[in-house]
Amino acid sequence: MPSLKDLRNRIASVKATQKITKAMKMVAAAKLRRAQEAAEAARPYAERMDQVLANIAVAFEGRDDAPKLMSGTGHDQVHLLIVATAERGLCGGFNSSIAKLARERARSLIAQGKEVKILCVGKKGYDAIKREFGKLVLRTIELRGVKSIGYANAAEIADLVLSMYDKGEFDVCTLMYAEFKSVISQVPTALQIIPAKLPEGKVSSDAAQVYEYEPDEAEILTDILPRNIAVQIFRALLENAASEQGARMSAMDNATRNAGDMIKKLTLKYNRQRQAQITKELIEIISGAEAL
Amino acid sequence: MAQPFQFELVSPERLLVSEKVLEVTVPGSEGEFGVLKDHSPFMSTVRPGLLKVRKDGGQVVEFFVRGGFADVNGNGLTVLAEMAVPVTELKADVLAQHVKDAEEDVADARDDASRQKAEMLLSQLREIQAALKAA
Repeated sequence: MPSLKDLRNRIASVKATQKITKAMKMVAAAKLRRAQEAAEAARPYAERMDQVLANIAVAFEGRDDAPKLMSGTGHDQVHLLIVATAERGLCGGFNSSIAKLARERARSLIAQGKEVKILCVGKKGYDAIKREFGKLVLRTIELRGVKSIGYANAAEIADLVLSMYDKGEFDVCTLMYAEFKSVISQVPTALQIIPAKLPEGKVSSDAAQVYEYEPDEAEILTDILPRNIAVQIFRALLENAASEQGARMSAMDNATRNAGDMIKKLTLKYNRQRQAQITKELIEIISGAEAL
Repeated sequence: MAQPFQFELVSPERLLVSEKVLEVTVPGSEGEFGVLKDHSPFMSTVRPGLLKVRKDGGQVVEFFVRGGFADVNGNGLTVLAEMAVPVTELKADVLAQHVKDAEEDVADARDDASRQKAEMLLSQLREIQAALKAA
């Protein structure tokens, strides 16, 4: 049975924790709004990019001189998984659900006899993967010092991936991140970026028009495809940032509520015990007086 | 009198312009080209340079754009630029940094093709620098 003093201390400590989780929730809410705005601002670019790619792809239909980024290397032996997670923890199941998806994918690929290479973006993903697949991780890119993710960050990762692809170090590249659905729901997603999967069924009526290209289609396509990789990565990073804050917000909201429940229970226990002690003392005094 | 048409300038980070304009001059990789209403469908890559927009009211706005492409279709003109900054916000030192990076690229280039590419970029950037100084 804890003493009254112990109970008092515990209540104070839970209260302090509750204050922290409450503050973290509010910080996450503010950051979430910013991250969501950034994700929304980036959307038009990605949408137009999809459209343009779809238009050009029509011009390439049935031709076999399409760039390697689109047609692939012809094998699917070596897979590169880019695992994008957060730099910080305390955000519910966010990091672990992405890492779980990555581990499952890696396991199934290895079971099929494929070779797997992993590129981690964000420290938490590496922490979760290194025990099982530590040897397969080529590099971890940390974005810890980065306050808000800019296009330059994504372009850097894209450059790295593209130079590896040019050297023939992998055949298929899959990007893993959490898609932001809402504050309470983030869906871990695997997206194949190399070879490029072209958006289907989005071909606008303009595609039927005769486009004039300058320089020619092939050159434009070789210019656009690497950019498209960078844009895809950029979008994934932004989605991830919003998801992370959303996950943290709901996790911290839960924690605050749990702390509140705990304080209630502890306070009840404390009051009962205090009453019991007073009663006990009274009985002692009365019985002592009666004995006289 | 020129007719207004829809023009959009988009960078990965945000949508900079989306409005009706009279005329846009785009620095295409194979030469500048002007776009008016009902231009035939056309697509071109963009070299670093100044993009001039004549707005509905007649005033001219300039943007520094780098890397990307322009797409003209029935709905109007869309320029997707990796970097796009209004000239009024473009600082001389930012541009100087770009020039310096380009110079380093030239120095680092290993084969002829990449050196040629880097040199071209450098000369284009210097051109802009000179044009801005003159203005």
